Amino acid sequence: MELFSYAFMQRALIAAVLVGITAPAIGIYLVQRRQSLMGDGIGHVALTGVGLGFLLSANPVWMATAVAVAGAVVMELIRWYGRTRGDIALAMLFYGGMAAGVLFTSLAPNGSNANLLTYLFGSITTVSPQDITAICLLAGFVVLVTVGLRRQLFAVSQDEEFAQVTGLPVRLLNLLVAVTAAVTVTVAMRVVGLLLVSALMVIPVAASQQIARSFATAFALSVVIGVVVAFSGTVTSYYADVPSGATIVLLAIGVFVTLTLLAAPLAKKRARRAAGDGTRCTLEVPAARPTEDDVRV
Amino acid sequence: MDTVISMRGATATLGSRPVLRGVDLTVRRGEVVALLGANGSGKSTAIRAVVGQVPLTSGGLELFGTPLNRFRDWARIGYVPQRTTAASGVPATVREVVSAGRLARTKLGLPRKADRRAVEHALELVGMADRAADPVEALSGGQHQRVLIARALSVEPELLIMDEPMAGVDLASQEVLAGTLREQVSLGTTVLLVLHELGPLEPLIDRAVVLRDGCVVHDGPPPKAQGQHALPGHDHVHPHAGHAAEPIRTGLF
Repeated sequence: MELFSYAFMQRALIAAVLVGITAPAIGIYLVQRRQSLMGDGIGHVALTGVGLGFLLSANPVWMATAVAVAGAVVMELIRWYGRTRGDIALAMLFYGGMAAGVLFTSLAPNGSNANLLTYLFGSITTVSPQDITAICLLAGFVVLVTVGLRRQLFAVSQDEEFAQVTGLPVRLLNLLVAVTAAVTVTVAMRVVGLLLVSALMVIPVAASQQIARSFATAFALSVVIGVVVAFSGTVTSYYADVPSGATIVLLAIGVFVTLTLLAAPLAKKRARRAAGDGTRCTLEVPAARPTEDDVRV
Repeated sequence: MDTVISMRGATATLGSRPVLRGVDLTVRRGEVVALLGANGSGKSTAIRAVVGQVPLTSGGLELFGTPLNRFRDWARIGYVPQRTTAASGVPATVREVVSAGRLARTKLGLPRKADRRAVEHALELVGMADRAADPVEALSGGQHQRVLIARALSVEPELLIMDEPMAGVDLASQEVLAGTLREQVSLGTTVLLVLHELGPLEPLIDRAVVLRDGCVVHDGPPPKAQGQHALPGHDHVHPHAGHAAEPIRTGLF
């Protein structure tokens, strides 16, 4: 296992595992609220932060975090107030974010769009020790929110109106979900890239819900799937010399397909067991209708 | 008797359409009040305004003697929203959904033993204790409604507010729900509920408030079966198992 002896690979694997935990952990709430593509939108906006990082010679991870959090808060505000033209506003935000990122990077003294590629599609082996510090701190925040407030976030994501009537601070919790999603995007940015971030938030959740029956199981299972595909994807990318982000996402899709195929017979077995305790119909179906009286045309 | 809900001259609009046009609604402690009316009469809007989900454009609203904007004591209220059939996609068990109701008491804290007991008790009240670990997607309409009522009861409310608890509910579940409600009322719980028809709940109702076009047209003893059926625009939702989901609309509106 020579790959564990390289410092860059150790950092890569730590980052991969943290992404495998955090992306599905916040993703499950986004999926539950039918905001599966929110991560994608935040990813676009975060690119502005990366560009600013290059331009101001600051750490792109922290800059991306700041911009992504601001973008997520704006998105949440649009969801509250601008319901009518909300989708147009979001489109402006997403593409504006992407465009600004490209522009800032090209203006940066040593920036070229080749640098951008490592953020767009991930470049896990170039994760620096400073990046790892940032990723660890941010991942800690995400885990704290998604696990510590799971009951409250479940309630808000499942039935927002009901949650409001229980007196929960629904707007605050919604903002927290948006901010946490933004933080997760920047955690995952170096590993799978901004364009593939959303995949790791959604696919493990989609895979787990094929076989899970409770929210708790779905949560745990999607995190397990996330960690497994992020870790094995990174190892595969080392040996096969292929990009880590793409490998991880395709592995996740493979898990989704496998679990979907497994789920069909499992559901049938459960249905059979459920039918076993019930009684069968005893009513007789009336005999076929006589046809001799039918009007012929 | 002290007043639990006091709505005075309430007006509300949806978009630019006035839906409530000066509604007065008073519910006193221990009363069971039914809001009746045709589709679009404003009864659902009225009940959603009571729980602060529809802003009033004018008029006043007090819950337990406190103006709505200063009311924080939500644990005193159990709310059963109109049932939506759209599943969230992410699986959840009956117990997980019912536990969400208890958050009105635990807020951002952790659930204690008493909270878990209250959730189990609420499940028993609606006869769903044996289904606690089942996913909610596997339930029938009536069972789902029982889960939503258990979620409201888990907080051990003084006031139960329900939006069409009997809509699309099979006969067996209707009887379970009527029994649950009877028990709650006998314990002194105040109830405000929107109904299409009095049905099996009729003996429980102390007072009926009938809305038409956003105005109160009747406030008094519940109309007798005949009178109730004679209401304009009245929808017949008959709880026959097979076609309960499809109301037969005979109304004029």
